[in-house]
Amino acid sequence: MIEAAPRRRGAALFQPDHHMRGIFGIPTAALFGQLVLGLVNGCFYAMLSLGLSIIFGMLNIINFAHGAMYMMGAVFTWIALAQFGIGYWWSLLLVPLVIGIFGIIIERTLLRPLYKLDNLYGLLLTFGLALVIEGLFRYRYGVSGLPYSIPESFQGALNLGFMFLPKYRAWVVVASLLVCISTWLVIERTPIGAYLRAGTENSQLVQAFGINVPAMITITYGVGVGLAGLAGVLAAPATQISPLMGSNLIIVVFAVVVIGGMSSILGSIVTGLGLGLIEGMTKVFYSQASDTVVFFIMAVVLLVRPAGLFGKER
Amino acid sequence: MKCKLIGALVGCCLLLAVASVFGQAKPAAGKISDVVKIAVLSDMSGLYSDLGGPGSVVAAQMAVDEFGGKVLGKPIQVISADHQNKADIGADKAREWYDKDGVDMIIDVPSSGVALAVSKVANEKHRIFIVSGAGSTRLTNEDCNPYTIHYTYDTYATGTATGRAVVEHGGKTWFFVTADYAFGHSLQDDTANAVKAAGGQVLGSVLHPLNASDFSSVLLQAQASNAQVIGLANAGGDMINSIKTAAEFGINKKQTLAGLLVFISDVNALGLQATQGMYAATAYYWDLNDESRKFGKAYEAKTKKMPTMVHAGVYSATLSYLKAIQAAGTDDADAVMKKLKDMTINDAIFKDGKIRADGRMVHEFYLFQVKSPGESKYPWDYYKLVSTIPADQAFQPLSASRCPLIKK
Amino acid sequence: MKLRWIGLGALLVLGLIAPFFVYPVFLMKALCFALFACAFNLLLGYTGLLSFGHAAFFGTAGYVTGYAVKVLGVSPGLGILAGTLSAVVLGFIFGNLVIRRQGIYFAMITLALAQLMYFVFLESSFTGGEDGIQGIPRGRLLWVINLEDDRKLYYVVFAIFLFGFLLIRRTIHSPFGQVLKAIRENEPRALSLGYDVNKYKTLAFILSAGLAGLAGSTKAIVFTFVTLTDADWHTSGDVVLMTLLGGMGTVFGPIVGAFSIVTLQNQLADKVGSFVTVIMGGMFIVCVLVFRRGIIGELGALYHRVIGDRQF
Repeated sequence: MIEAAPRRRGAALFQPDHHMRGIFGIPTAALFGQLVLGLVNGCFYAMLSLGLSIIFGMLNIINFAHGAMYMMGAVFTWIALAQFGIGYWWSLLLVPLVIGIFGIIIERTLLRPLYKLDNLYGLLLTFGLALVIEGLFRYRYGVSGLPYSIPESFQGALNLGFMFLPKYRAWVVVASLLVCISTWLVIERTPIGAYLRAGTENSQLVQAFGINVPAMITITYGVGVGLAGLAGVLAAPATQISPLMGSNLIIVVFAVVVIGGMSSILGSIVTGLGLGLIEGMTKVFYSQASDTVVFFIMAVVLLVRPAGLFGKER
Repeated sequence: MKCKLIGALVGCCLLLAVASVFGQAKPAAGKISDVVKIAVLSDMSGLYSDLGGPGSVVAAQMAVDEFGGKVLGKPIQVISADHQNKADIGADKAREWYDKDGVDMIIDVPSSGVALAVSKVANEKHRIFIVSGAGSTRLTNEDCNPYTIHYTYDTYATGTATGRAVVEHGGKTWFFVTADYAFGHSLQDDTANAVKAAGGQVLGSVLHPLNASDFSSVLLQAQASNAQVIGLANAGGDMINSIKTAAEFGINKKQTLAGLLVFISDVNALGLQATQGMYAATAYYWDLNDESRKFGKAYEAKTKKMPTMVHAGVYSATLSYLKAIQAAGTDDADAVMKKLKDMTINDAIFKDGKIRADGRMVHEFYLFQVKSPGESKYPWDYYKLVSTIPADQAFQPLSASRCPLIKK
Repeated sequence: MKLRWIGLGALLVLGLIAPFFVYPVFLMKALCFALFACAFNLLLGYTGLLSFGHAAFFGTAGYVTGYAVKVLGVSPGLGILAGTLSAVVLGFIFGNLVIRRQGIYFAMITLALAQLMYFVFLESSFTGGEDGIQGIPRGRLLWVINLEDDRKLYYVVFAIFLFGFLLIRRTIHSPFGQVLKAIRENEPRALSLGYDVNKYKTLAFILSAGLAGLAGSTKAIVFTFVTLTDADWHTSGDVVLMTLLGGMGTVFGPIVGAFSIVTLQNQLADKVGSFVTVIMGGMFIVCVLVFRRGIIGELGALYHRVIGDRQF
């Protein structure tokens, strides 16, 4: 029989090379490698929780369907290539647009009747929506994953010394940081963003000023899910495109949003990236906890700072 | 109200006592039921759907058609369901099939977790269960029972053959990437034993969830170990993604990736460029001889793909089952099981196959190597034969079996 | 008033004769989920708290029972008791963590806590990870009733279900239950009347958790195995739908909802595969938009319009 040590998921049980003691006995290469991977994951968390935060801030609805929109983004990217021959760069532009329009339709038809009710109904409706979308794609495509190859411009890897980082993943980091920063800038530093923030705080007053608040709400939802779709396009070449990819992520994203502060944009971005890094570190030191660490942190934050790290009490 | 609560409880208990008299109606130990029902339980849409899945249903139907569609004058019916690689779904379905729908035999199940659960149900209900898809050796060791047959392959056969071959070709230090459930653990253990017996060394291992979405993290750990060989103790979609990710991160430049359970469907999905030189230990390859080619081509005509050993196993097992019913004169599970363990299995797939007391079907096993793109001359020409392993060496010897049914 | 007793009577009669007509294992599954849904309804329909993580209690109790009976060799009755107790303890811990939050926050936090439990189960060796705990022996209850026999087990399960159901019903119609309803209607007013709102909510939470655990423990014995599916958030979603469909805040609603959903899943799984998820999601959407009172709720409203009697 093989080693008597109990099996641990994600734990590498091995004798490190003596020359690679590194930090706390973990080889430096392994540590930095996992941190880099963690950063890439963190970018996805940041982008997804960004969209969720924006929607919650404006509509006071938790968009359970966010994961499904992300998945649709990835699948549509695949369909664009396989069915229509539309390449990656065009998909980056078109797919979020398509998802955004889909979101606008959803908001108008399904969500609008619920605003006068308890916002729990919104949660339940988007939950049902997530099931419908996921079920349809699962029915059509199974769960085993659709292949999408890395676009030519990004093939190959960068030799970082301690690991080979595929160029595509480096691009993901760059792209998501760009998106996050520009979204934050728009919301915090432009007039439109100001109307949005005002509408979040007091929609009646803003409407009295003549600003079309319902239209803002609709567009906000569209933009929020469009961001999820964009994350999906970015994810397509990097991970397995599967109808389940959204539901695997969505709860972690919820936790990120709660930790960061439910409607805080900055909170989402910082927490998302930070969580990715923390997960990466956890994988090296105590890897069976890497799945649970986010919920553990959430429980602690809720006890100590219920509004979240960057949030305001509502 | 409290009295009413207690009263209701007491009433229930009384009813229980009365009900204890009404046991379950025992099925009549008749000669043969009106329809012989064979149920194919497989992964129809998930990561194992290519190596088993709808193809297994086709294979079973091919066997039924070849047998003539009837046995002992009764029609044969083939039904199927998707277990989605979940033990609860598979076991629930098996229970319902055996209890309510009069299913006589369940076959395939390409997921060891599900297979273990279903074999327990089969044992409880005294009905036959033939495993073609799953690999865990637990089915014929700790979890063996008189109603389960492990037909096509197991992790001992593939792991030992591959592990030994790789070590002999210079791959001395190993690191395992393992699917975290019954099958992965089984494959890792069996291969590690073979590696050590051949003089190799196991440096460590890392586990990943079944149907994992991202292998980058575990593969980086494999890379950090500096082992010469990264043993992939996973299968189907998981193995395909491990290989793809390893290529993406340049891991396959310095380290060898050894697939420990390789199906022809995997090679087809990845292409020869990515898989050339890999060892594939298997019970069936379509291009091995005339009879295997005949079956392969007939299967391809129906599905546009060549059969994996799982499909071939389902075909052969179904045929053997029907022959056993014929010989026993009844479809009663105990009688048919006895005949199955007595007969020698000879068909297009297996020669001189025998089912042992622990449920293990032993037969010749083959070690192939994947051809390079230049060596492949026609579609599906993927393998070249390295060695043939005789039946008594391919599988775990009966003397080493931990099955309680074997009297020592 | 009369309707209440008619409903209970019908339930009793149907429950007693059902196993002679319908596959007992299916009935037992439906009963376990019916109990689960009733327990959940206590929290949602009567206290107004939407917990999206109830599967944590269902799964924890199942695992504890499975482990106790299979590995420790405990008798099934004690095993179920142990499982239920573990759910109560977990309910106490979670309850105190989350009870100060409301509405959406409450739902999200319960969901995340349940997910924490899911991953704990995934990693622990005692749960068997992806394989789950299999082959739990059903054993004998009280030394005489052989639970291997499906029909006998059915009556035991029915008895357990009735116990849980009647307990919930008793709670609802007690002063404690009235306070819960007051909290659901208008929490600040209940607070201003001097009730320690948090204590009542916590108690309701623990009770709901314990009974959900009872359902999970019973299911473990019936199916002889426990897997991660029992602690998965999709199961939490299922029970929300059952309650919503059947009728939140009605006594018999969750039972109707549970039976409907279990039947649907059973009948359709073979025919349409993963399309079942689509149908479930569609039902969610329809219920939220136009069918908020659920089956029993709508029937009740119809009855009032026609006959005009007291509420259920």
